[in-house]
Amino acid sequence: MLQIKGLMAEIDGKTILNGIDLIVPKGEVHAIMGPNGSGKSTLSYVLSGREGYEVTGGTATFDGHDLLSIEPEERAARGLFLAFQYPVELPGVNNANFLRTALNAQRRARGEAELDAVQFLKLARAQAKLLSMPDDMLKRNVNVGFSGGEKKRNEVLQMAVLRPKLAILDETDSGLDIDALKIVADGVNALRGPDFSAVVITHYQRLLDHIVPDRVHVLSQGRIIKSGGPELAHALEAGGYASVILEAA
Amino acid sequence: MSGIAPSGPVAALNAAAAAFVARYQATKTTLPGDSHVRAEAAIMLASNGLPGPREEAWRYTSLRPFAETAFISAARIDAPAALLARIPAIAGPRLVFVDGHFHSELSGVPKGIHVTTGKPALGRITRPADEKLVALNTMLSEDGAAIHVPAGLDAGTLVLVSIGTGHSVGFHPRHAIILESGAKLTLLDIAIGDGEYLHNPVLTAEIASGATLTHLRIQDEGAGAFHLSTTYSEIAEAATYDSFALTLGARLARMEVHAHLAGEKAAAHLNAAQLLGGSQHADFTTVVRHNAPNTASRQTVKNVLTGKSRGVFQGKIDVARIAQKTDGYQMNQALLLSRDAEMDSKPQLQIYADDVKCSHGATVGALDANQLFYLRSRGVPEAEARAMLVRAFLSEALDPITHDEARAAMEAAISAWWEHSA
Repeated sequence: MLQIKGLMAEIDGKTILNGIDLIVPKGEVHAIMGPNGSGKSTLSYVLSGREGYEVTGGTATFDGHDLLSIEPEERAARGLFLAFQYPVELPGVNNANFLRTALNAQRRARGEAELDAVQFLKLARAQAKLLSMPDDMLKRNVNVGFSGGEKKRNEVLQMAVLRPKLAILDETDSGLDIDALKIVADGVNALRGPDFSAVVITHYQRLLDHIVPDRVHVLSQGRIIKSGGPELAHALEAGGYASVILEAA
Repeated sequence: MSGIAPSGPVAALNAAAAAFVARYQATKTTLPGDSHVRAEAAIMLASNGLPGPREEAWRYTSLRPFAETAFISAARIDAPAALLARIPAIAGPRLVFVDGHFHSELSGVPKGIHVTTGKPALGRITRPADEKLVALNTMLSEDGAAIHVPAGLDAGTLVLVSIGTGHSVGFHPRHAIILESGAKLTLLDIAIGDGEYLHNPVLTAEIASGATLTHLRIQDEGAGAFHLSTTYSEIAEAATYDSFALTLGARLARMEVHAHLAGEKAAAHLNAAQLLGGSQHADFTTVVRHNAPNTASRQTVKNVLTGKSRGVFQGKIDVARIAQKTDGYQMNQALLLSRDAEMDSKPQLQIYADDVKCSHGATVGALDANQLFYLRSRGVPEAEARAMLVRAFLSEALDPITHDEARAAMEAAISAWWEHSA
């Protein structure tokens, strides 16, 4: 599904990604853990196509197609989704309209029929209910006045409605209390299946108790220095990043 | 004779004022209405001239391009079908003016309210003595609508249309609205046209106690047009002047809106959106006078500027000593979509009462890169994402419009503008 080889990237002339190799097969959930400043968020932005990051080496393919040469909206239409660490507020943009515009833009790009307002609302309401979101969150402006937990749930709602093939969750657990964390994790788990892959980026192990990954990778100074099974997350929690970084050095 | 001709903007403005006065002198015997008021205005214009660059209120808007154009009197002609087709389809009676002349065959008489046309409707509210463009209007005005809504009547919607046909004509319609106590009227004030012309309308609105005038304006004049309009409202106790003005057209535009909150609990909403491109210049200038206790004013003014366009907002709020518990709010925001666009913003608060709540703010910026990326990361193509964010930016000014058809007409005009400018 996702194949990254020797990926290097910089921002403002400063190297952040320093040769990343990563393969996420179809249907698997991989966790990327690492200390602050290791390049976790940069990786998510480079993969989703945010401006300001310069790829200086390596490749990334998604479903066999080059990912780095296409626009962010094309990446989305092909099934890539980024759940933002800091979801963006859109004053004056109604949440339901936003989501319907996004869904229909993707469907149009894929040559599928668009959903009308009634079909869309039925779908969005059902998904919102699964995430214990009140209906009025669909009527409000996107993320405006939302609590931290509501913003993250709104990201998962978008993911549930857009049905990506690959989701990158960038520190989706940050700022969440345990109840919200569980709701968000349940939302992600509900999407798991043979056609859904995910890269879960997190600083802490606690999210991985709820979204149990197939593989765990440790990122340090822009490179993956260690990979393993879910048990690696527990080892990190017990010994801290320093032990793993030392060991790899 | 000296060989040196006077030059510079002031000389050009003086020459233009003299040309207007000469036109008045040549045609004054045929102009309808009160000849005495006209003569006074002519004396005022001859001695004071047109607004110039040395006046504080005209610091950001130069009338020089207007002064360099020679405007001729507008003959009565039929409006081209293409222009008639541009009038938004809005249910309700219409008053249609073509080059400043009322056309009864295009108009419908509203029920229950009294409308007089055929001469300038001067109104009866007091106005400041230093007005120059209003003096020009008074001197040369040939027609206008006097609209009178009796007490307690909800008169629904009235559409007032001005069509400019070009050919360098100048016209100065003069309208007066009187709403008796408790009356209601929604006036859709639409200015469209093609080519080069001068449209210098003056509208006065006298809103008696408990009455509400909703004044929704679309200025979509021709690309070579000059739109210089002045509006006065006098708002009595518990009365409301609720206005929104959308500016899209004209080469040079200035809307000057004066609201006088004269009675307790009077309210004025002076919202506006200016959408400009090319080398357009548009100026929205407001003067709000709080002259009674517990009065409220709201101004949300949004500007979207592309190309080399220039937007101006000047907002003056004057709170008299008697106007305790005044609630004043003013916000001006500009979205600059090109490097060469420019916004000038001048709030001006003069507060003489001690127990008031007045706030103002101004922001100028480009589209937010984070918001744009957020939309694109969800699959919304860049052009559509930009359009969505521009709409979102305007929504705060548009959302208070509760008249569905007017709102739809505004949205359609904005869409057409965006298609053309983006």
